[in-house]
Amino acid sequence: MAQADAVPNGTNTTTHSPPGRLPQQLEGGKGLPGADNVLEVTDLRKYFPILRGFFRRHVGEVKAVDEVSFHVARGETLALVGESGCGKTTTGRCVMRAIEPSGGSVLFRKRDGEEIDITSLTRPELRSVQQHMGMIFQDPFSSLNPRLTVLEIIGEPFVTRKLITSRRELEERVAQLLRSVRLDPTYMRRYPHAFSGGQRQRIAIARALALDPDFVVADEPVSALDVSVQAQILSLLKELQSELHLTYLFITHNLSVVEYLSDRVSVMYVGQIVELGRTDSIFRQPRHPYTEALLSAVPVVETGKAGRRRERIILEGDVADPSNVPAGCTFHPRCPYVQDICRVEEPQLVDLAGSNGSLPHFVRCHFAEELDLQGVRNSPQ
Amino acid sequence: MTQSPLLLSVDNLATHFFSQEGILEAVDGVSFDIHAGEALGIAGESGCGKSVTAQSILRIVPKNGKIVMGEISLFQNGESVDLVQLDDRGQEIRQIRGGEIAMVFQEPMAAFSMVYTIGNQITEVIRLHQDCSQNEARDRAIEMLRRVGMPKPEQTIDAYPFALSGGMRQRAMIAMALSCHPALLIADEPTTAVDVTIQAQVLELMKDLQRDMGMALIVITHDLAVISELCDRVMIMYLGKDVESAPADVIFRDPKHPYTIGLLRSVPELGEGHSQELDPISGSVPSPYRRPSGCPFHPRCPEFIPDVCDVHLPPQIELAGGHRVRCHLYVQD
Repeated sequence: MAQADAVPNGTNTTTHSPPGRLPQQLEGGKGLPGADNVLEVTDLRKYFPILRGFFRRHVGEVKAVDEVSFHVARGETLALVGESGCGKTTTGRCVMRAIEPSGGSVLFRKRDGEEIDITSLTRPELRSVQQHMGMIFQDPFSSLNPRLTVLEIIGEPFVTRKLITSRRELEERVAQLLRSVRLDPTYMRRYPHAFSGGQRQRIAIARALALDPDFVVADEPVSALDVSVQAQILSLLKELQSELHLTYLFITHNLSVVEYLSDRVSVMYVGQIVELGRTDSIFRQPRHPYTEALLSAVPVVETGKAGRRRERIILEGDVADPSNVPAGCTFHPRCPYVQDICRVEEPQLVDLAGSNGSLPHFVRCHFAEELDLQGVRNSPQ
Repeated sequence: MTQSPLLLSVDNLATHFFSQEGILEAVDGVSFDIHAGEALGIAGESGCGKSVTAQSILRIVPKNGKIVMGEISLFQNGESVDLVQLDDRGQEIRQIRGGEIAMVFQEPMAAFSMVYTIGNQITEVIRLHQDCSQNEARDRAIEMLRRVGMPKPEQTIDAYPFALSGGMRQRAMIAMALSCHPALLIADEPTTAVDVTIQAQVLELMKDLQRDMGMALIVITHDLAVISELCDRVMIMYLGKDVESAPADVIFRDPKHPYTIGLLRSVPELGEGHSQELDPISGSVPSPYRRPSGCPFHPRCPEFIPDVCDVHLPPQIELAGGHRVRCHLYVQD
């Protein structure tokens, strides 16, 4: 395991990663399919049945995730972003098979190149693959068992998988993990209640990293934390990524966090991906009206810098109900640019880059080419 | 804004909680003024006392809490009432709550009762504060729901809270709060529980309503961007102290207190790109039972001065332009 070589001893401070330490994978081949993808998700579906009455009649389906396809290249961060009910968390869980997908395939490529179709594995096989995947949850107050010490929480994967049997070795390993998330190893015999929210999230991160995974799914890891602590956890995640060559699938509703952390972003709306591409290009010039509205809805601090004010687009109404999806484009009832065709015909996810040879940029909109949408203005590059 | 008359003046307010673990000084010596029609934002992290400040104004502090010091003067029709002196279950404060001062909460589900329709609950508020018949109250409630942008208010008035979506519930709660045309609306984390597109709707609505109805507004949130959108003045709190307060355009352009500077730097900003450097504040908010000596922020402060900051509580310094800061780095001129 590529362990942090310079570790501050125990204080809750974070260090800034020195420049030039980004792994090679981040430089080239990023976002290109095929080359070295940790994950390739094709037509992933998760339908939850709606059951009614005494006999639990099957009366319909909630299409939580509907034909979602994406890949995650080694060493990159892909963000899944969208509002509540858009299916981002369900997608994250289906990828880990924490819940069973209804259809589609999830291909996972190990560090040694071995390819595994996660959806077709049996339970014991799945367990051995899940070793290579970690997961971080939103709320560090409910994700840690209050009856276990930190040593037991972080050491549990080693114990249940019988990877470490000696007590001493286990303690050393846990101490090392605690140091890697900048926590004092002497705290390992304490219980979670003795830690603050930010420290607990560090413990949760240490647990996710225990088995040296390649791939980490982080589901809203900073949303439950105080503002000043969010920044610490975000910087920690960024540093760990470059130290341990991690690949992140980052699930969030916070667009500022997406911009800070992710290389590529996938915007979801009612179970479908509506836009997918490089974060900087999507934020500079979104191609889907929903992305444009999301970006413009984010409130910003008025610092008096020139050009900060943008025109705000207020979307009418609420997010569509995934059990009763509108016909045609799912976004059409709220779309400010809606035309007749949008109400009837469902748009396909199309790669816009085909025309001008730049990096892939997928959009699900009939008018992606025609619309001139506003992004976030003072984006660099 | 200085021309408009003073509406509420909070002077040296302290609200403490008494529990087995000790005394929790949730609010400790906070002062601020609100003029009619003005919007004040109170910002800070969890445990800074921002919600307890609001609860103190309405005298709805939980049972084990007590206002131990200070005055809260409400000015109406040329007279002033000290809310601290009122009986918290008496007739007077109950007329003020919902009448003069209304409040909206973070969780609309918690503000509404599950077993009555929203119309029922809004008309109850109206009839409690205004002398009118059931039918008049219902008409006013429908009018109010229409005002907050509720679609088909004649029908939704008979809906139960659980039948409404999050954004609609938020609107219904705002309608209920505004139904008696309060002079001051207190909004405690009004958009924290809703999605970003709904947040934009609610912020826009609150801006419009505040302007049209000419009411004053206190917005309590941890999100400085929300305050920047809505407020004229900002007060930053940390562990029960008002560490800095200033007009919004001043504080975001030129923050003085190291805590305010840290807060602004620790939020990734949309439009700043992938390579922006975050500068997090070290450590985390200490337990309020173990409040640090001297300046409460000193263990996390990058400008910490030994033997000064950890010993003496900094006094409030009055800088130019209505900018007040509680920090040893600044001296009164």
